[in-house]
Amino acid sequence: MYRIRFHGRGGQGMKTASRILGTAFFLEGLEVQDAPRYGAERRGAPIFAYVRASHSLINERGIIRVPDLVIIADDSLVTVPAAGVLAGASNQTFMLISTSEKATTWSHRLNFTGSILTLPAPVEVEDRMELRFVGATCAGAAARLCGIINQTTLEQAVHDELTGLPSTVVEKNLEKALEGYTLMAEHEGCVKEAAMLSSEQYEIPEWINLPFEEASISAPAIHSSLTSELMPTGLWRTMRPVIDREHCKKCWWICSTSCPDGAINIDADNNPQIDYEHCKGCLTCVTVCPSHAILAIPEHKKPTTEETDS
Amino acid sequence: MTRKLLTGNGAAAWGARLAQVDYIPAFPITPQTEIIENLGNWIDNEGMPARMTTLESEHSMITAAGAAAATGVRVFSATSSQGLLYAMEMLYTVAGWRAPFVLTNVSRGLAAPITLEPDHNDIMAARDCGFLQIHCADCQEVLDSVLIAYRLGEDERVRLPVIVNLDGFYLSFTREPVEIPTPEAVARFLPPYDPENIRFSASTPISQAVAVLGGTPYSYFRYESHLAAQKAQEVYDEITTEFTEEFGRSREALESYRTDDAEYLFFQIGSFATKAREAVDRLRESGWAIGLIRPRLFRPLPEKHLRKALAGKKGVAVIDQNLAAGRGGVLHSELGSILFSHANMPGILVSFIGGLGGRDISTEEYFEMAMVTREAVNEGQAPPPRLLYTETELREVEKLQAIANMERIELGAKP
Repeated sequence: MYRIRFHGRGGQGMKTASRILGTAFFLEGLEVQDAPRYGAERRGAPIFAYVRASHSLINERGIIRVPDLVIIADDSLVTVPAAGVLAGASNQTFMLISTSEKATTWSHRLNFTGSILTLPAPVEVEDRMELRFVGATCAGAAARLCGIINQTTLEQAVHDELTGLPSTVVEKNLEKALEGYTLMAEHEGCVKEAAMLSSEQYEIPEWINLPFEEASISAPAIHSSLTSELMPTGLWRTMRPVIDREHCKKCWWICSTSCPDGAINIDADNNPQIDYEHCKGCLTCVTVCPSHAILAIPEHKKPTTEETDS
Repeated sequence: MTRKLLTGNGAAAWGARLAQVDYIPAFPITPQTEIIENLGNWIDNEGMPARMTTLESEHSMITAAGAAAATGVRVFSATSSQGLLYAMEMLYTVAGWRAPFVLTNVSRGLAAPITLEPDHNDIMAARDCGFLQIHCADCQEVLDSVLIAYRLGEDERVRLPVIVNLDGFYLSFTREPVEIPTPEAVARFLPPYDPENIRFSASTPISQAVAVLGGTPYSYFRYESHLAAQKAQEVYDEITTEFTEEFGRSREALESYRTDDAEYLFFQIGSFATKAREAVDRLRESGWAIGLIRPRLFRPLPEKHLRKALAGKKGVAVIDQNLAAGRGGVLHSELGSILFSHANMPGILVSFIGGLGGRDISTEEYFEMAMVTREAVNEGQAPPPRLLYTETELREVEKLQAIANMERIELGAKP
């Protein structure tokens, strides 16, 4: 059975990627299971999606604990513990990262003994909508790595999954999927179907008897004020609003009252100041600014501290 | 017939579409909403001849469903978790009306603390309300069970609403290959609803009496509902025999997987039972005589079939993805009461509680449950109920508690 896990952020097309790959396997005659996994959905939040494919009935279910292939569409997730990108990875695992760094860099950083492959990250993207297509690139690359999906099948799968979308969107996804497929040509078929678990030798679960604890400890309540300030929701941001002071008219109430997170404060001189600790990068301020003085730049291109005017 | 990848939610919607339902009262809730989104799309864009009404709550939604069913039309609805509980008063009420319809519940754990992820506490809360319950293990079963549920609920010997239950995430958002039968095949299996004496016509207004009753008539009506639910066991068997003839798939009240020569059994409902199947295959490779019993039909729980299937077995690992607070696993107590006082029944039922709030159950844990059950049989005594919970998980919680404690200290509370 093939066990493949896609990691990305909400909006980067991980669910679609898993579905394109799932449909491609299905069209090649395999049994398939694909599913996304997320909590309360929001753009930018870590999500994963997974695909199982097998020549016989699939009885396994739920999250893939031991993946054969892990695909990371956004390398900023590697340091986010909640994303769990490395869960279950071993020296048998292939890891494909969309990144501008080298594979060896990631091997060293993560002390990872499996194989790492890279896809060039879309660093030069000016239009953030381009990021929507990273999922298609990943799906195409995964299809090639498994070695049993031919190009025509991949194309068919992209069309099947994107039925009803404008043809320009379908064409763009197709182009990106084929780009991923082509980039992985030299690694075709490197991901193999892994064996099933044996009940003769297995890791015994370390079950414990859950201890009784008094309600002062075991009730799920924390009585505290202003806890939301402690949550650095700025880490969710993929795009950063930056105020161009030359064009800002200091009509301070428009951006600050439109910010759904109250993350734009006004200083003593009526200058709006963005609280990057908590700005989630929704870009509502960019949209509403009447003098077009708020720019949106990719987070990885953020100015250094010296360049930041505040 | 086409075979395509569908989510459990998609399969439920296809079931309703193929059943040619007339009326769909709806209210959104994760992880169910995709069902009514699919149906809404078909009604708007593909000419599906049904009426959908969005209500202001699940309480009203079930009231509308029951009221519509009482006029003799075919009704479908769907909910989950907190929504099912919000509708609880009306679940008991409409079941008492003896007007059949099908409600899909997409299982999700209950607050508090709140979760979006699945377990069976929601559906177990509805176990005594008078609705029949069919539990699904895969997406194909979801579609099939909706069709079966209409036959079952509408049968004149039964006349009760039916819940088709599927697990959130593990079925609702998981795509698997599903055969979508042709409308002709479905029409042969599930003819248009004949509501017999359930009649309503706008031109001849009538009222349906729901009276305040004393104990004597009240007991009669309540117990008749119970007898109808019990009757549903044999009706279900008849219907699923026909289902297999038409579609070739077995949908027996109990799935018995590799049980004939088994000494040990896993006992579980819902989609994680496929994981138990996987464990059975692996354990058999190592020489174990082990199988799986999975009730599809949970209300009524097919008692005779269960006693037959479990006769002569040594030990059963009962896996509950629910928790009756202060008592333990619901399946464990129900199975115990069915087997107790009957001859040749397994002497050991080991209770395992796992998969709460979406927590996974690993294949290794199934192996270990089999080991624990075998040891219990050898010792002649069942161990205390076991929560599937590891040292690593407790460390994770202790980390959160340490952070919470810091908060308390910063606030000046006693640590």
